Amino acid sequence: MDALQVKKLSVAYEEKVVLKNVNLTIPVGHLTGIIGPNGAGKSTLIKAILNQLPNKTGTVHILERPLNPKDHTVGYVPQRNAVDWDFPTNALDVVLMGRYGHIGMIKKPSTKDKQIALNCLKDVGMEAYADRSIGQLSGGQQQRVFLARALAQEAEVYFMDEPFVGVDAATERTIIAILKDLKAKGKSVFVVHHDLQTASDYFDWMILLNQTITASGPTEQTFTEDNLQEAYGGKLFFMDQTKSNKSFN
Amino acid sequence: MNEFWVLLTGSLVGITCGLTGVFLILRKTAMIADAISHTVLFGIVVAFMITQSLSGFWMLLGAAIAGLLTTFLVQVLQSGGLQEDAAIGVVFTSLFALGVLFITLFAGNVHLDVEHVLMGEIAFVPWDTWDILGFSMPKAVWMLLFVLLLNVLFLVFFYKEIKLSTFDPVFALSIGLPILAMHYSYMTLVSLTTVAAFDSVGAVLVVAMLIGPAATAYLMSKSVSGMIIWSMTFGVTAAITGYYLAKLWNTSIAGMMAAMIGALFMIVFLFKPHDGWTWKLFKRMKLKDTNVHV
Ligand SMILES: Nc1ncnc2c1ncn2[C@@H]1O[C@H](COP(=O)(O)OP(=O)(O)OP(=O)(O)O)[C@@H](O)[C@H]1O
Ligand SMILES: [Mg+2]
Repeated sequence: MDALQVKKLSVAYEEKVVLKNVNLTIPVGHLTGIIGPNGAGKSTLIKAILNQLPNKTGTVHILERPLNPKDHTVGYVPQRNAVDWDFPTNALDVVLMGRYGHIGMIKKPSTKDKQIALNCLKDVGMEAYADRSIGQLSGGQQQRVFLARALAQEAEVYFMDEPFVGVDAATERTIIAILKDLKAKGKSVFVVHHDLQTASDYFDWMILLNQTITASGPTEQTFTEDNLQEAYGGKLFFMDQTKSNKSFN
Repeated sequence: MNEFWVLLTGSLVGITCGLTGVFLILRKTAMIADAISHTVLFGIVVAFMITQSLSGFWMLLGAAIAGLLTTFLVQVLQSGGLQEDAAIGVVFTSLFALGVLFITLFAGNVHLDVEHVLMGEIAFVPWDTWDILGFSMPKAVWMLLFVLLLNVLFLVFFYKEIKLSTFDPVFALSIGLPILAMHYSYMTLVSLTTVAAFDSVGAVLVVAMLIGPAATAYLMSKSVSGMIIWSMTFGVTAAITGYYLAKLWNTSIAGMMAAMIGALFMIVFLFKPHDGWTWKLFKRMKLKDTNVHV
């Protein structure tokens, strides 16, 4: 079974083409890293997969079916800066939003939904902050609340846009442990990630992206110097140079 | 008795606008209320030109359509790359100007003057009554009750949907919430609220009532439901205190209500516990004190 199948996907914002002819086939049960430089189109790829962009061509299948929110197969962690953290609500309430898809329109969350939300907060180590206003959480805590909300979706396939941004080392370890646990349960997880140092530890599958797919496959086959150079357009090499220049001074 | 109707009308404006205004503040589109409060004039005039009547129903319908048109045009200009405030400015001034033009061209001999639309006259409310189901109440009260009912029903059914699509539209879309439909439904409610309120209190007070109480409530609320309660409370408080102060000083009722909205905002802004301005100053002084002692 394939978790994700993308065929001939192209996306343009107004005139500008951002993703060109993307083809992907990724089997279930992997923890997949989506890697590429700023502006490569990583967030755009996720949004296109989740059917949020009007100007796209090509097809997307999740668990071999076209995406239908009513299936509740997909969990989503948007980039943290996508929302206003001064919104008057608390941590538990945000996690509860992960249940809305299951609850359906008009109906109210049940005690069972609240229990699930509370358990998910516990999973990310945030149960002590359930009543805390989200504006009074640190960046890392906010990120964990977002992760808890995705867990509350009880999905099969997860898409996470930079869940490690602005978190400390301990939180990063908590989050990666949760992601590996999801994988152990047979779920498929896609994570946009920026840190090349840790990438090969975290992920057993990789998508290297820069407008088009540079490489996609098991980490040991795809995470190579050549592929990275191609995805980052030689910028990596350039950065290494400036580093070594500095050490000379 | 007349005093009762004026107070009731003012309070209903406070409650209805207070309720509707909450999501305007949370969605950071307060200025669309300003736009809609002016462009509904265009809708009302066009409704009058077509039906040749000034009945409440046609007014509400015309206003709802004008509100939707405003929202739609702003959305179109925005997706064409214009900033939201610029889009609002362009749409609002052109539709309002068209409205004024149509009035002078086609409705000159009817009671539809711009002055009345902008300032309203709440003191005249008790004399314009409707009999419905054997009850005789001022037209303004009927219209406000009807629109309040619509607002309450909307929130009863779609509270969690409007909340999520306001807080995190991207996530809302990913779970299949029809966020655009929510947006247009809500803006229709804003338009209906505006037209029901402005006939009695004028467009200027409507904008003040839509934005002021909700903005004040935002300063001190930890949940959306709490913010709704506070916002309605502030709206009613401003209406009632405004009325009595206007009577005391013999000034414009609508003007005094608007002034009270501003006063309430300042009071909360300055004296709010924990992060109000005065509180912070007080804490800073105490901190200085302890520093000196140490
Ligand atoms: N709403 C938009 N309108 C126009 N252009 C956009 C929009 N969103 C993104 N872009 C452009 O599309 C390209 C890809 O953006 P995207 O956000 O997908 O990159 P990314 O790989 O997620 O980058 P980052 O690492 O900085 O998050 C960028 O060049 C960006 O400027
Ligand atoms: Mg991104």
